Amino acid sequence: MADIQFSPVGDSSVLLEFGHDISEETNAKITAFSKALKSMPTAGIIDQVPAFCSLLINYDPRLVTYATLVKKMKELSKTASQAAGAMGRVFEIPVCYDGECGPDLENIAKLSGLSAEEVIKIHSEPEYLIYMLGFMPGFPYLGGLDERIHVPRLEDPRLKIPQGSVGIGGAQTGIYPLESPGGWQLLGRTPVKTYEALRKPPILFEAGDYIKFVPITKEMFDKIENDAGYKCQVRRKEV
Amino acid sequence: MGIRVIKAGLLTTVQDLGRTGFQSQGFGVSGVMDVRSFKLANLLLDNPENEAVLEFTLIGPTLEFTSDTIIAITGGDFSPKINEAPVTMYQAIYVNKGDVLELGSSATGSRGYIAFSSYLDIPMVMGSRSTNLKSGVGGFNGRKLQKDDYLYFRVKRRYIPFFLSRKLQINEFKEQEIQLRVVPGPQDQLFTAAGKKTFYKSSYTVTSDFDRMGCRLDGPYIAAKTTSDIISDGIAFGSIQVPSHGKPIILLADRQTTGGYGKIATVISADLPKLVQCKTGDKVRFKEVTVEEAQLLLREEVKEMDQYRRQIHHPCREVLDCRLTAKRLERMMR
Repeated sequence: MADIQFSPVGDSSVLLEFGHDISEETNAKITAFSKALKSMPTAGIIDQVPAFCSLLINYDPRLVTYATLVKKMKELSKTASQAAGAMGRVFEIPVCYDGECGPDLENIAKLSGLSAEEVIKIHSEPEYLIYMLGFMPGFPYLGGLDERIHVPRLEDPRLKIPQGSVGIGGAQTGIYPLESPGGWQLLGRTPVKTYEALRKPPILFEAGDYIKFVPITKEMFDKIENDAGYKCQVRRKEV
Repeated sequence: MGIRVIKAGLLTTVQDLGRTGFQSQGFGVSGVMDVRSFKLANLLLDNPENEAVLEFTLIGPTLEFTSDTIIAITGGDFSPKINEAPVTMYQAIYVNKGDVLELGSSATGSRGYIAFSSYLDIPMVMGSRSTNLKSGVGGFNGRKLQKDDYLYFRVKRRYIPFFLSRKLQINEFKEQEIQLRVVPGPQDQLFTAAGKKTFYKSSYTVTSDFDRMGCRLDGPYIAAKTTSDIISDGIAFGSIQVPSHGKPIILLADRQTTGGYGKIATVISADLPKLVQCKTGDKVRFKEVTVEEAQLLLREEVKEMDQYRRQIHHPCREVLDCRLTAKRLERMMR
């Protein structure tokens, strides 16, 4: 991991650029570096913000200067490598694709020239890599949506999208962790609360984890929604 | 055992230094806008550095105290009054049960702070008491204060030493034209040489599009080479993004964690208080400094704070005078 580019972002942050493309390879480097940094507490580091091809590190300049921090990060980048056969977490997120849970499912099927069943099958097949979280607490930017079900955003965005809605916007799919306005076409909804402020951890997954959608019935949806102790399945897989 | 809100003011929220540690999962930091005034308020009362305060904007709240406590008011000048008599800012004030503190609209600056010696009883959420308005989390029920809200205190703390010495001569935020020092980057290479020159040589005006999330400026167009759109990356407090309309937007306490516009520069921490205390119509100019200079300025600010701390931990002249008189009397009586 030799080719990281460092630039100061004001006096309390530094931006580490790992590449200039959205790729699994670049993202894996960021995840590996971020994990290495977390496991090696460094004086002055406050927070990290991993994104598609960069990592922003916030630090307290009263405790460490820019030059010292960059030197430390360069040393860390020599040792932090993607360990071969590293394990990634796969979160199995149950999704109800029925009627009111997926108000745009029929529309997505029509736009992509497929049946609703085919759309569900295609959508729930892959293990999507979480490139980053942003926009709102716990909103995952997922990569790897099948081209056959890429559909444009709604011309007229909804003012209110229920919590847990699963949607498609262009080449991306994702889960709305909170009720919010939004323009993605909704094909399902999960009863799993991916974000809850008072839970530990408040947000289920991190960048570098995977999400696999598992179709469930409306009965199952209601059952999980009313089960306060429900925990979604987490598998480990080699990456 | 706390305070009752009689009038809420325009935007009054509970804030501390913000909620860090969750930005990697998309959770914004929030926290106070003017870190310097916040620190001074807590310093005046010997509170912990990160103790939660009330932050108010443009029009301050009116509060009734239901128990005795000590407060300090800092930031812009909101002409504070207790029971209709004016009180001094940047000073420890003893407040009695039943007193009513009234804050007006800001004569200078745009944000004010009240620290309490009895500490606000606000639950910690994800390690902070700050209100995150967008997510409705933290602070008082995740929202700004409203009429008839009741905030409890956590402790009884009605005595702090050197009480009469606890005042500072500070009168900031008078200027209507400010200079902000910035560290260039991280995406200044996206802009043309002429665009960068425009940015550093022009005067920009603070628009009314100015809230806890960001401050939109109006002024000459900053030209990008091709586009200023980038693959989203992390945003810092003070990041200056320039979208394709060519006008700078400075991102503040309630910023999103990531964004997709190129950032020409970042305002240094020492100058952020000046910016967040601006009002609509104020003028802003930018001056380039290095990251080393910016960090040196912060260290100097630490020294300045230490100096203030020493200053308020000395017996004041009034007290010393009494002691001298008492000593003389004692000698005469002997």
